[in-house]
Amino acid sequence: MSEIRRPERRLWRPFVDLVLCWIGLLALLGLTVTLSYQPLASFNFPVAMTIATIKAGLVAAIFMELRHRSGIIRAFAAAGFFWLAILLWLGLMDFLTRV
Amino acid sequence: MSDSQDIAEHLATSAQRDEVLELGMWTFLSTEVLLFGGLILSYFVYRHADPQAFLAAGRETRIVIGTVNTALLLTSSFCVAAALQAAEQGARRATRTLLGIAILLGLGFLGLKGVEYLGEYREHLVPGVNFARTGQDAHGIELFFIFYFIATLLHGVHVVAGIGVLAVFAAMATATTARSRYIAGLRTAALYWHFVDLVWIFLFALIYLPGRSS
Repeated sequence: MSEIRRPERRLWRPFVDLVLCWIGLLALLGLTVTLSYQPLASFNFPVAMTIATIKAGLVAAIFMELRHRSGIIRAFAAAGFFWLAILLWLGLMDFLTRV
Repeated sequence: MSDSQDIAEHLATSAQRDEVLELGMWTFLSTEVLLFGGLILSYFVYRHADPQAFLAAGRETRIVIGTVNTALLLTSSFCVAAALQAAEQGARRATRTLLGIAILLGLGFLGLKGVEYLGEYREHLVPGVNFARTGQDAHGIELFFIFYFIATLLHGVHVVAGIGVLAVFAAMATATTARSRYIAGLRTAALYWHFVDLVWIFLFALIYLPGRSS
């Protein structure tokens, strides 16, 4: 009897890169909140946006698995952000250059 | 060949099906990028017009709830990514459990958002309902909160839709016989959930962080 009775349910564990990405994202969240309280004058906003972009990059590369994807899927993923860049660039050009 | 019943007749292979599904989801997500992008453009324009009011308005938001909610969504995204890995490795129970945790975290996010909205209502910060601020920054603060409510409500609708989709996949996790089709579908659903997380990362930086250092 004893040789047939094996543990039926082994605890499934995620890959370590997923766990590291999650910890990294929480650490970046802590960092951005801490830095937002530091008097960096006009740098507070670019710092917050840079950290947000790094977090978004981690989510896209690891959680959304884009690092394992072929060129065409990456191109489709990038397309929306390319058009967003045009929208923000042309949309803000007038306001940022008006004197 | 065990895969053949999982593939629609206009597709040749399961690899082609998976790629088509992913390309379709990314195409849809592009429209979502531009939907939220338009809102964020308006935020930048009004912030540029009245920077002091936006800093004052940022200080009125609840950073503790905002930070906890960001951590909840990041963790739920991790759970969904892990659920997909579990499904790919045939660990059905782990898939169901992880999707269940992700759904609970999403519900927690919505609950805290409700608490936050209630607080803002009591503080007379809801434009068009009971907004009552005076002084030279009042107009800019009102514009900030118009953005805040439209952006977070639109995002909240996406969270609700995402929870519904995840619930379907959680219910099917142990029952489905079409494994490869289930995994391909879950991969597509996961992309949507991660995108909802990605939008929130930027909304958090735009809404909760301004004005904290002054």
